[in-house]
Amino acid sequence: MGLLSLAIWMPIAIGVLLLVLGRDDQARVVRWVALVGAIASFLVTLPLYTGFALGTAEMQFVEKMVWMERFNVHYHLGLDGISFWFVLLTAFINVIVVIAGWEVITSRVNQYMGAFLILSGLMIGVFSALDGLLFYVFFEATLIPMYLIIGIWGGPNKIYAAFKFFLYTLLGSLLLLIALIFLYTKSGGSFDIAIWHSLPLDSSTQTLIFFAFFAAFAVKVPMWPVHTWLPDVHVEAPTGGSAVLAAIMLKLGAYGFLRFSMPIAPDAAREWAWLMIALSLIAVIYVGLVAMVQQDMKKLVAYSSVAHMGFVTLGFFIFNDLGVAGGLVQMIAHGFVSGAMFLCIGVLYDRVHSREIASYGGVINTMPKFTAFALLFAMANCGLPATAGFVGEWMVILGAIKANFWLGLAASTALIFGAAYTLWMFKRVYLGPVANEDVKGLQDINSREFLMLTLLAIAVLWMGVHPKPFTDVMDSSVAELLKHVAQSKLN
Amino acid sequence: MTDTISWIAVFPEVILLVMACAITLLDLAVKSRLRTTTYLITLLTLAAVALLQALYASAGGTIYGLGNMVVSDAMGNWLKFFATIAVMVTLVYARPYAADRDMLRGGELFSLSLFALLGMFIMISGNNFLLIYLGLELLTLSSYALVALRRDHAVSTEAAMKYFVLGALASGFLLYGMSMMYGATGSLDVNQVFRAVNSGLINPSVLTFGLVFVVAGLAFKLGVVPFHMWIPDVYQGAPTAVTLMIGGAPKLAAFAIVMRLLVEGMLPLWFDWQQMLGLLAVASLLIGNLAAIMQTNLKRMLAYSTISQMGFVLLGLMSGVINGNIYSAANAYSSAMFYVITYVLTTLASFGVILLLAREGFESEEIADFAGLNQRSPLYAAIMGICLFSLAGIPPMVGFYAKLSVLQALIASGQTLHIVLAVFAVIMSLIGAFYYLRVVKVMYFDEPITATTVSAPLDVRAVLSVNGLLVLVLGIVPGGLMALCAQAVVQMLGT
Repeated sequence: MGLLSLAIWMPIAIGVLLLVLGRDDQARVVRWVALVGAIASFLVTLPLYTGFALGTAEMQFVEKMVWMERFNVHYHLGLDGISFWFVLLTAFINVIVVIAGWEVITSRVNQYMGAFLILSGLMIGVFSALDGLLFYVFFEATLIPMYLIIGIWGGPNKIYAAFKFFLYTLLGSLLLLIALIFLYTKSGGSFDIAIWHSLPLDSSTQTLIFFAFFAAFAVKVPMWPVHTWLPDVHVEAPTGGSAVLAAIMLKLGAYGFLRFSMPIAPDAAREWAWLMIALSLIAVIYVGLVAMVQQDMKKLVAYSSVAHMGFVTLGFFIFNDLGVAGGLVQMIAHGFVSGAMFLCIGVLYDRVHSREIASYGGVINTMPKFTAFALLFAMANCGLPATAGFVGEWMVILGAIKANFWLGLAASTALIFGAAYTLWMFKRVYLGPVANEDVKGLQDINSREFLMLTLLAIAVLWMGVHPKPFTDVMDSSVAELLKHVAQSKLN
Repeated sequence: MTDTISWIAVFPEVILLVMACAITLLDLAVKSRLRTTTYLITLLTLAAVALLQALYASAGGTIYGLGNMVVSDAMGNWLKFFATIAVMVTLVYARPYAADRDMLRGGELFSLSLFALLGMFIMISGNNFLLIYLGLELLTLSSYALVALRRDHAVSTEAAMKYFVLGALASGFLLYGMSMMYGATGSLDVNQVFRAVNSGLINPSVLTFGLVFVVAGLAFKLGVVPFHMWIPDVYQGAPTAVTLMIGGAPKLAAFAIVMRLLVEGMLPLWFDWQQMLGLLAVASLLIGNLAAIMQTNLKRMLAYSTISQMGFVLLGLMSGVINGNIYSAANAYSSAMFYVITYVLTTLASFGVILLLAREGFESEEIADFAGLNQRSPLYAAIMGICLFSLAGIPPMVGFYAKLSVLQALIASGQTLHIVLAVFAVIMSLIGAFYYLRVVKVMYFDEPITATTVSAPLDVRAVLSVNGLLVLVLGIVPGGLMALCAQAVVQMLGT
């Protein structure tokens, strides 16, 4: 069994084990098994980092065997510079989520932990699948645990949110399925993504395929105007669910653009780039403004996620190396930062049971340690230099200016909006005098929460100060991708 | 193709017939409430027949017997194998339920089920229009009696009446269509009809006229719109154990007669019947999915879901011949066969859970009865959940691969119309996902209304767990079953 298979199946196996054997009266044991399992699953991804060869765009750690002979489907895994960091990010966030749910979740602990472990394995599968159908199976299968997580442990309006999440994303994915089967037929019976990359397609076919992919991936990212499910779902999902959703699941969509849309339909991607850029700019500017007027902290961070992901898609569709690499860096950074933001809201919510900004004020007086972390993550969310948030946004803006000055200028306004809504929220929640009895009675974070936020803080700072390891891994693959996209596939 | 008897071709049917009679007699001596002796002998018989069918099927080869009246080929043998297993599983699930409802005062449940299975066998292996019709009648007559097994239950009796009247009408359609075909071609033998139709010497209007009636009759039996009226009423009205007996294994037989009559007998008329199946499929997907949304009764909801699932099967069947070219036929028909087999597997497990939750004096057939099942019994909630996700076509459940293979068969044809149909089908499955998810929601998100623990006999628990697990495991490794269907259909088309 290869390393990638281990990274996928180990969390899934432990998750299934918890589901089958776990009992509510042994919640303690269940938590520890889940934590050990999550850490072990993270550790098995580390040899991927040490073993990853730089300077090549070839797939690495490739595993390939026949899965379904009849449809020529292969169990085909591999990593390149584009997908590499997401595997580690997923495994890392999984550890954090298990810690975050430690004493917060008291009912059906084994199902909670099991669902997250299985979800993490499935998402690693999405990032490492090199076979179209295998990708789809992992991509869709993630809906089931997430649906249950939102519906069982979510807030008051959880059922609406769970259905909205499932059906909204399923609609997009079904069109993706049609496109995949179409490509299978067109390529003479192959689901191999590499073969699809070099498959000549005429202009109208490319456009159809591009928009079928768009339906699936844009909903997942989510891009304006199909982003409306995200705020609803984030508000109702439990803290861990929000963190995984924002940190990893949104990236599945953006990753799909790089792995499918752009290389398979490059001519259509170039032809429709104006539309993608326009939608991204709307997300960055308009959704940024929408975020500013939110009363609910989770909704605010959800809209901020949409705006940040707008940066990612903007970077992708300006077709230069700074833009694409910047988009990727932004995805990883947003994984850390948005995850951390949601966990911070979770810390407050566990104590006061309110997500309204108006219920807080002056938290710094009672929770100084926590506020320090919150400040760091807020700064990272605004894109302050030396935090993770800065690197990606900076690269995308540079790339945009290279492509078109006005585009770069429009994109950089987002930094102002980002700073505005994040800092304003920070001021209203944390600064000032103690606002009410609830805030007065707050206990500062315990060692478990301290550990969880420290891990994320290290990641955020490390990526901000020393982003080279991240970009080094990407460079060759991004260059290769852009070279490929620049060539016409029309015949 | 000689006029030899070849008893070996009908060996399983003979065993089944003898044992069905023997068990009917033997049961007179059985006194226990659960009819354990009858039950065990029935299961042993079925196991033996299943084993025999599996041996026949894996040996391959096509044997014609009884003067070309019956055929034993890989497709038929596999379908008979799965039908036997399905009846076995049904009986395991049905026994405690039936005992609680006074349906085991005699052993009719077992002997009628055996006769019904014999009917399915004859339908599957019949190579002659009249024999296929006789098999169908044996199946449906046994089914009418099964539905009415709870004599003192008004709803069941009403369902039996409805089923009988509409079923007789459908049989009439089918028989009339067959007689037209006979009049046109001068033969009842499937192969000879094929040759006669293929010669092109026969008046096409008579053929088409007969074909319309045959297709209408088949549509009744498959339960597709607009011939679906009986399905919701019978599914809901029949005792749940019998619902499973009607909704499970017979789908395999219905698929088989569609293959025998339309593909083996009337392939040259592909243009006409593919068009009809296409219309039926579209109507079934539309009505089945939309009507299912409104149901509060789980059995009725599953009935409408069956209608839409059969629409998918028809989509597979209608994409076999493209512009007179049959190069994609094996692909299309094997996808439909895979669909039917996995559908039956999923239906067995989902009805198994419904049966298991039913107690004496409580039917557990409203969706609301499943509230909070996850807290009462995580295992059965998980099995039901797996089935529902499978029916909705979400990977990694086996239902996804069934939908995938049908969609693939549609898209492989390269026809714009077929691609539009594929898009229509996936949009309909999105609607389908909604009502399946609603049941998952009730089981997982709602609080239980009763704290009654769920208990079941060991055999039911074991079979149900394996059954539910198979829906998931076949989804992770679907290759074997797909290859099996493909080989069976290729062999059938070759002869």
